[in-house]
Amino acid sequence: MRKWSILFAMAAISTVGCFVYSYFDPDWWLPNTARDMHRVVSTFGREIDNLFLIILFVTGGVFIITQVVLVAAMYRFPDRRDEQGRPVRKAVYSHGSQLLELIWTVIPAGILVFIALYQMGTWASIKYRGSAPRVPPLAEITARQFQWVMRYPGPDRKLNTADDLVVIDDLHFVKKQSVLIYLKSADVLHSFYLPQLRIKQDAVPGLTIPVWFDCDEAGEYELVCAELCGWGHYKMRGNVTVHETEKDLRRWIDEKLAEQGRSQLAMIPGSGSEGGDRDD
Amino acid sequence: MTDERASSGDPAPAPAASSGPADGLGTGTAQAHFHAHADAHGHAHDEIHPAPRFFLFRYVFSTNHKVIAVQFLFSGLIFMVLGGLLALAVRWQLAWPWKPMPILSRWLWSAPSFGFQMPPEVYNKLFTMHATIMIFFVIIPLLNGAFGNFLIPLMIGARDMAFPRLNMISYWFMWPAFVLISYSLFVEGGAAEAGWTSYPPLTDAKWSTPGSLNGQTYWLMAMLSAGLSSLMGSINYITTIVMLRAPGMRLFRMPMTVWALFITAMLQAFALPVLTSALIMQLLDRVAGTNFFQPAGATVANAPSIVGGGGPLLYQHLFWFYSHPAVYVMILPAMGMVSDIIATFSRKPLFGYKPMVIAIATIAGLGFIVWGHHMFMSGMNPMLGATFMLSTMMIALPSAIKVFNWLGTMWGGRLQYTSAMLNAIAFVSMFVIGGLSGIFMAATPVDIHIHDTYFIVGHIHYVLFGGSTFAIFAAIYYWFPKIFGRMMNEPLGKIHFFLTFIFFNATFFPMHIIGMHGFPRRIADSTIYHYLRGPGTQGMNVFMTISAFLLGAAQIILVLNFLYSLVLGRRASANPWHANTLEWTTTSPPPHYNFERIPTVYHPAYEYSVPGVDEDYLPQTMPRPAKAGPLDPIMA
Repeated sequence: MRKWSILFAMAAISTVGCFVYSYFDPDWWLPNTARDMHRVVSTFGREIDNLFLIILFVTGGVFIITQVVLVAAMYRFPDRRDEQGRPVRKAVYSHGSQLLELIWTVIPAGILVFIALYQMGTWASIKYRGSAPRVPPLAEITARQFQWVMRYPGPDRKLNTADDLVVIDDLHFVKKQSVLIYLKSADVLHSFYLPQLRIKQDAVPGLTIPVWFDCDEAGEYELVCAELCGWGHYKMRGNVTVHETEKDLRRWIDEKLAEQGRSQLAMIPGSGSEGGDRDD
Repeated sequence: MTDERASSGDPAPAPAASSGPADGLGTGTAQAHFHAHADAHGHAHDEIHPAPRFFLFRYVFSTNHKVIAVQFLFSGLIFMVLGGLLALAVRWQLAWPWKPMPILSRWLWSAPSFGFQMPPEVYNKLFTMHATIMIFFVIIPLLNGAFGNFLIPLMIGARDMAFPRLNMISYWFMWPAFVLISYSLFVEGGAAEAGWTSYPPLTDAKWSTPGSLNGQTYWLMAMLSAGLSSLMGSINYITTIVMLRAPGMRLFRMPMTVWALFITAMLQAFALPVLTSALIMQLLDRVAGTNFFQPAGATVANAPSIVGGGGPLLYQHLFWFYSHPAVYVMILPAMGMVSDIIATFSRKPLFGYKPMVIAIATIAGLGFIVWGHHMFMSGMNPMLGATFMLSTMMIALPSAIKVFNWLGTMWGGRLQYTSAMLNAIAFVSMFVIGGLSGIFMAATPVDIHIHDTYFIVGHIHYVLFGGSTFAIFAAIYYWFPKIFGRMMNEPLGKIHFFLTFIFFNATFFPMHIIGMHGFPRRIADSTIYHYLRGPGTQGMNVFMTISAFLLGAAQIILVLNFLYSLVLGRRASANPWHANTLEWTTTSPPPHYNFERIPTVYHPAYEYSVPGVDEDYLPQTMPRPAKAGPLDPIMA
C-alpha cells in the first residue's frame, strides 16, 4: 500500500528537477539568462528576475516541505492489518492543535506580506506614471490588427507632425538610454510584450499609455502581441533593433525617411503589410 | 422538545444540544426545523411530493434532487469528453503547427485550398470553446449541480431541496446553453473565438474576427442561460442548508462538503448578477447598437470609426468581479469533498475542522477583493495593482492553512489507499503546486513577464485539473456506490489514477517552464518567434502534446469502469466506506424520501477512531460515549 507514496515522491522530485534543469537550457529558462543570471539585458529585467528568483526559492522551499510531509505521512501511516484482518494500530484521535494552527497562520502570513511589500518598489518604478523618465518620447506605437504602427518624430523632433516617420513592426532605439513610448490601440486590445526586456503593457483603444524601458546590449530582439486580438493574433510580431549609438539610430531614421519620401505608401498604415499571408 | 422527539419515534436520548450556548450557532434553526419535520413525519410524509410513476416525470422532468444530480452528472461528463477533445486539437496545433490532423482536419475545419491546415481562427475557436465548456458546462455543474444537488439534502438529513421545482428548472436552464453553444459551431463565421474571457472590443465589433460575426452572440446567450441556472441553484442551496437541517445538525456539525457548497452558493448569488449584467451589456452592444464597452474613435477592420464613449476596461472589471469568485466556485466544493474523503480514509478526525470552515469563508470573502489581479497589465491605474497584489497575497493564506490541515489529518491516521483517497491526496499535492505558482502571478513585477504566458496556463490547469478534476474523480469513486447502489471496480480505478496522475503532470508541468521562457498563450504558431523556435521549446511542446493524448486515453479506463460498474458492479451496502456522514445511514441508492426517518445528529461528522468505541467510526446519528470526553470547542 505504501508504494503509492513513491508515486507522489516521484512527482515532487521531477517537478523540482524540471525547474533546476531548466536553468541550464536556453530554450526553457527566462529568456537569454540561462546558465548566467547576469546576462539579462535591461534594468527592469534585472529587478524582475531577482524577484522571480526570490519567489521561486520561497515557494520552492514551501513546496519541498509540504511534499516531504505528504510523502512521509503516506509512507508512515498506511492501514496495515494483522492475520485476523484487524488493524495493527489505531489512528490518533485528535481534532487539531491550536498551537500548530497559530504557527502555520502567522509564519505564512509574514512571508506573504513580505513578498508583497518587497515587490512594491519595482512595480512603482516600472508602472507608476511618476517614475517615467523625463525624456522626449521615442515613438508613438499604435497597435492594430495585426501590426504595430510605429510613428517616430521626424527632423523637427516632434511627434504628430507632417514629417514623422511611420514604419510597421520595427522598433529601433539606442542601448543604455531610457526609452519612452506612447502606446495606443486603433481597434481592439493588444499587448506590447518584450520578452527579453521583461516589459508588458496592454494597448487599449481610447487610452494612451506611456511605457518606458532600456536595454544594455545592442542587438536584435522581438516584440510579441500578448493579448488575444483576433484570428491573426499569433503573427503580430515586431522586430526590435537596439543600436550602439545615437548616430546609428539617426542614420536608420534618415534612411527610412528617404524611403518614405519616395513612396507615400508607408503613410497608409497597413498597406501591403499582410503580404505573404493568406487573405481570409 | 422531548415530546416532539417521542412523536417522531426517536428513542435516542437528548442530543448534545445541552452543551451550552457557546456552540449554539444554528441551534435555533435546527430546533425550529424540528417542528416542521416532526409534523411532516407524524402525519403523512408521502404528501410532500410523492414519487412519480410516469417515466417522463420520474427521470426527465424530475423534481427529485437525486435524479437532477444524475442529470447534471451525465451532461457534465459528456461535455467533459467534448472539452477534452477540443483541448487535444489545441495541443496538436501547438506541437506540429499547421500539420493537418488525420481525417479530422478534412472533415471539420479545413479545405483543400488550405492544404488541410487548421485555419488560425479555428485554433482560437478551439481554445475558446475548450475553456468555456470546461468551466461553465463541466466543472461548475459537476461540483455544484451534480454533487451539490446529491449531497446537500442527504448530508444535512433532509428529504429534498427546499424548492424542488426550482431545482428542476435550474437543470433545464442548462439546456438552452447546451443547444446554443453547440449550434454556434455551425453559424456563419463559426463559434466565438475571443477566449473564455470575451474581452471587448474584439467581441463587440462584428468584423474584428470571424467568431465575432455571429458566434459571440450565441456564446453570450448561452452564458446568460447557464448563469441563470447557477443562480437558481445557489438560492436553492442556501435556503435548503439554512432551513432543512435535521434536528441536531447545527451549522458547526455540518460536513465540510456542505459548508463549502453553502459558501459557494453565496459566492454565486452575490457575484453572478454582476456577470449577468456584463453579458447583457455586451449583448446590447452587439445587437442594439449601444456603446458600453466601445471607446470613441476606434475602428475595426477599416470600418467607419465608432461613435463610442464606452470603456473596454469596464467589461474587464465586471467580468472578473464575477469570474474571480467563480474560480473559488470551482475549487471550494472540491476542497470540501476532499476534506471529507481524506478524513474518512485516514480513519481520523479532520484536523482543525473549525479553522477549515473559517478558511473557506475567508477565501470567499477575500475572493471579492482580488479581481484586479487579472488586470495588472490591462492599463488599469497601476496603483490599484499594488492594492490588489496585497489582497491577492493574503488569499494565499487560508489556502495554505487548508493544505496544512489536510496534511495534519493524514498524519497519524490509518490511510486506506482507495481510488477515492488517492485522487483526494493528488488534489492536495497538485493544489500545492497550483497555489504556489499563483504567488508568482500575484507579485505584480513578476507578473509583467509571465502575464498571458503559458505560466498562467500551467497554473490554471494545476488548480482546475490538478485540483477540481482530481476532486471530481475522487468524488465519483467515493459517492458512486451511494448514487447508483453499485461499487466501482477498485483495480481499474487505481490504474486510471496512476496513469492520470503521471500524464497530468507530464502535460501541464512543462507549461510553467516554457511560460517562464515567455511562451505566450493563445498563439496558433509559435515558430514565428525566434526565441521560441529552439529545439527545447518546441520539443517540450511535442512532449506535452503526446502526454496530453495519453492523458486523454487514460480517461477511457474511467469511462469503461463507470459504465461497467453502473450495470454489473458489485451491489453496495449502505455504508461501504464506514463513513460518518448522514448519507451513509440510508440505503444505497437512497429511497425517494432519502431517509425512512429524519435522523437526529449528535456530533460533527469527523468522529473516527473514537476511544471507547469498538468500530473505528461513529455515525453522526450515534451519540458519543461519555468517556470520550467533551469535544475540543475551538477545533472540532
